Amino acid sequence: MLTAAADAAIEFHDVSYRVSSVQVLSGFNLEVRDGETLVLLGRSGSGKTTSLKLVNRLLSPTSGEVRVNGKPNQDGDVIALRRSIGYVIQDAGLFPHFTVERNIGLVPRIEGWPEERIHARVREMLRLVGLPEETGSRYPHELSGGQRQRVGVARALAADPKILLMDEPFGALDPLTRDELQREFLSLQQRLHKTVMLVTHDLREALRLGSRIALMEAGRLVAVMAPQEFLRSSDPWAAAYVKAFGGELESSVNRGTS
Amino acid sequence: MNFFRFILENRAQVIELTLEHLWLVGISTLFAMLIGIPLGIVIAHRPRLNKPVLAGANIIQTIPSLALFGFLLPLPWLGERADRLAILALTLYALLPIIRNTYTGICAVDPAVVEAGLGMGLTEKQLLFQVELPLAVSVILSGVRVAVVISIGLATIAAAIGAGGLGEFIFRGLAMVDNSVILAGAIPAAILALSADLGVGWLEKRLRAPR
Repeated sequence: MLTAAADAAIEFHDVSYRVSSVQVLSGFNLEVRDGETLVLLGRSGSGKTTSLKLVNRLLSPTSGEVRVNGKPNQDGDVIALRRSIGYVIQDAGLFPHFTVERNIGLVPRIEGWPEERIHARVREMLRLVGLPEETGSRYPHELSGGQRQRVGVARALAADPKILLMDEPFGALDPLTRDELQREFLSLQQRLHKTVMLVTHDLREALRLGSRIALMEAGRLVAVMAPQEFLRSSDPWAAAYVKAFGGELESSVNRGTS
Repeated sequence: MNFFRFILENRAQVIELTLEHLWLVGISTLFAMLIGIPLGIVIAHRPRLNKPVLAGANIIQTIPSLALFGFLLPLPWLGERADRLAILALTLYALLPIIRNTYTGICAVDPAVVEAGLGMGLTEKQLLFQVELPLAVSVILSGVRVAVVISIGLATIAAAIGAGGLGEFIFRGLAMVDNSVILAGAIPAAILALSADLGVGWLEKRLRAPR
C-alpha cells in the first residue's frame, strides 16, 4: 500500500494524529483513487472525521504524510489547497447572514471570478442540486434541512474542485429526504466523477454510496472493501456491523457507478 | 416652576454643557471601541488570554469613579487638563462591556460555520470580516450601548475634577442646595442616556444577522 498508484488522488502514509495524550489515529495508510467514492465507516470517535480534516489541513498529522494529487499536502499554500477541495459538513455550515446565492458563490468570489461568471455558476449549481432559481435570494434559515444540505453541496462544487470531502452530509436529515439526497448524490457522481471521501456511521449509506468502504475502529483502519465484499466479509468488525444493521442490506449495495 | 425657569434662563449654558457632556462620552466611547473591539477579537481567538484581559477590565470597573478620577490627577500631560482625565477614565470604564460583548459575540458564532469557512479556504482575515464580525455585530453593539449609558451617568461625576459636562449643574445645585439646578443637570443627562439606549438599540436590531 505504500507504493503510490498513479491514479491515487489522496494518499495517507503512516499517518498518526494525537491530541495531548489521546491517540486519535495511528498507523493510518489509505489510498483514495481518482474518481471513486471512498466511504469511511466507523463509530463515533473512530477517527473518521479526523482523517477527513487531515486532507484539507484543518488538522495536521503528528507523524506521517498525506498526499493530495501526489504532492504532500503540507507543502504549499494551505488556502489554495482548501479552495481546490470541496468540503461538505453535517449541518451544511452555511453562512446564516449570506443569501443562498452568496453562499454558493463564496469560493468563486474570493477567488476573484468576474461577477457574471459567478452568477452563471450559481445558477448552474442550483440546477445541478435540483433547487429552483428563486432559492438563490433566500436565507439559509428559510430553507428546509434537505434544501440547506443541497446548498451545502452546491457551495462545495461551485469552484469545480476535483476532490470532495463530505462529513456525514446526510446525517441530520429525515429518512425520506436522506434517501432522496443519496439517490441524487449517486446520479450526480455518475456525471461528475469527483474523488469523494465521505464519512458516515450508517452502513446502509456506506453500501449504497461507496465504491469502496474503509472500515475504521479506534483510530485504525480495519479493512478496505467493496460493498459486496463487505457483506460477505469474515472480518469480525465488519460482521458486527452487518449484524447490527440486520438483513435486507443486499438491496442497498452500490453496483458500480464509478 | 423654578426648574423650567432656570432652564429657560440658562438655556445657552444647558446646551453648552450638554454638548460638552456628549463630547466626553462620544470620544471616550470611540476610544473604548478602538481598544475594546480588537482586544475582544484577540481574546476570542486566544482562549489563554481571555481570563487575564477580562479580569483586568473587571478590576477597573470596580474602582469607584470618584477615586479613579482622583488617582489619575497626578499623571503628567493628562493631569494638565481635566477633560483629558475624564476621557481616560470614561474610556477605561467603557472597556469591560465592549471587550466582553465582542468576545461573547464572536464565541457565539456557530462552530460549524467557522469550520465550513476555514475548510473552504477563507483566510483568517476573510473569516473575521465576512463571517465572525457580521454575525457578532449586534452583540458587540449591545455592549457599546451599555457602555454609552454607563458613561453618560459617570460623566456627570467628571465635573468634580472640572471636566465640565452636565455634572456642573449637579454639583452646583448640591452646593447651593437648589433642586432645580440639580435637575437641570440630571434631567438632560437622563434624556441623553435614554436616547442613546434607544438609538443604539435600534441600530443593534437593524444590524442583527439572521441566524
